[in-house]
Amino acid sequence: MQDFAESIRVAFHLVVSADADLLEIIGLSLRVSLSALVVACLIGLPLGALLAIRRFPGRGVALVVVNSLMGLPPVVVGLIAYLSLSRAGPLGWLELLYTPTAMIIAQTVLVAPIVAALSRQLLEDLHKEYAEQFRSLCVPQRTAIAALIWDGRYSLLTVALAGFGRAIAEVGAVIIVGGNIDHLTRVMTTAIALETSKGDLPLALALGMVLLVIALVVNALVMALRTTAERYAYA
Amino acid sequence: MRKPIAAMGSGGESVAPERSPQPLLPLQAAGVTLDIAGQRLVDDVSFTLQPGSRTVVMGPNGAGKSLLLRLLHGLLEPSAGQIRWGGVPVNPDVRRRQALVFQRPVLLRRSVAANIDFVLRLRGTEGRQQRDEILERVGLLERMRQPARLLSGGEQQRLALARALATRPEVLLLDEPTASLDPASVQTIETIVTAAHAEGIHIIFVTHDIGQARRLGDEVVFLHGGRLCEQAPARDFFNRPASQAAQAYLDGRIVL
Repeated sequence: MQDFAESIRVAFHLVVSADADLLEIIGLSLRVSLSALVVACLIGLPLGALLAIRRFPGRGVALVVVNSLMGLPPVVVGLIAYLSLSRAGPLGWLELLYTPTAMIIAQTVLVAPIVAALSRQLLEDLHKEYAEQFRSLCVPQRTAIAALIWDGRYSLLTVALAGFGRAIAEVGAVIIVGGNIDHLTRVMTTAIALETSKGDLPLALALGMVLLVIALVVNALVMALRTTAERYAYA
Repeated sequence: MRKPIAAMGSGGESVAPERSPQPLLPLQAAGVTLDIAGQRLVDDVSFTLQPGSRTVVMGPNGAGKSLLLRLLHGLLEPSAGQIRWGGVPVNPDVRRRQALVFQRPVLLRRSVAANIDFVLRLRGTEGRQQRDEILERVGLLERMRQPARLLSGGEQQRLALARALATRPEVLLLDEPTASLDPASVQTIETIVTAAHAEGIHIIFVTHDIGQARRLGDEVVFLHGGRLCEQAPARDFFNRPASQAAQAYLDGRIVL
């Protein structure tokens, strides 16, 4: 118990003193996860909107596939990304394995289905409201998709939040394609796993605390934005 | 389930339609029938509308007024029969030259001004001056920065009307736009519609408000049970209705 209390004390000290190693790991984690989120949104939002408004043969199958992909195990994604990016793999010539870019790719694969599936549901509801008006105005499909995403932007923040939560918290994919290399590909989750296995609890705890704070701050920001949007009837 | 004629939009990228020299009117509806889930909701309706008049479509609830309007606008495909605008079957190009105002306005989750900007951009006629003129016309210029959904019911309908007029339609179809509005809002909307008609826009106005039909109608199309009971000049219709259903309706008796 004493060790645990001591670990927490040291963890607090690391956070308060803005330890350089700690900051580097936090910075890389945010850079990787936010980049993956942005790319996943660029792919997932239009895809979700398209699935929301288009009726085509096989749409039901496509929905099942996208929904199922939400539950992709990170280690499996990591393994597939590893095989693709390794020297013998189809993308080996890019030489991205064990780089932050490889981690971004892996997290994008994890997050994009979440963004697509959740935004599809949300935009489909919004589209039900707009559909007849859009048909009356002869709104082209591309304009309709852009309008749905723009008008649903505050609700879509929650979708992005879910994607960010998935990215920042996962460890399986980034540890396989990133390799957890110090000062290069070490992020919060891989560092926590490593330091815990080494028995260095203070750093692991400090990183855990930061992760929780990030989750709280991001949630609070999104909630504040949504509340403001609802007040102005934009959400 | 209603049957939409086409997927959203035309699917094409051209958003600024060329104005066809061919006028949209006369409108010819021949044997228009709509069956939904085995029920006949519009039954063999035939009529012709000539340019220039304000046509009021009347009838009790469930008469098929709103369905007929959607059929005319091409939002629904008839199960049988034909609708021709200026000799052309209803299609997205025809629809672009019309505007429909729904009973419950569907406004974008944006400001008042942005709602107008959306359609102006769509028609390739975006411009602050044009938007301001339209909003001024419906008395919403001072509220242009407000979120559209925080407007009152009457103001929302005025904005929907402004948005419809922003598309510069040749035909304006209105589906009970003043239902459940207060008298002042009703009067404002009627004034805007009358002004639009004075500018040469053909008006097709669905209502079950007899007083409103008297104020706005040049001719009346009366529906009952999905069937066309009569089409007559407004004065004739109100003074000497030809059908029993219309007579009963005008007398305020319950029409089943």
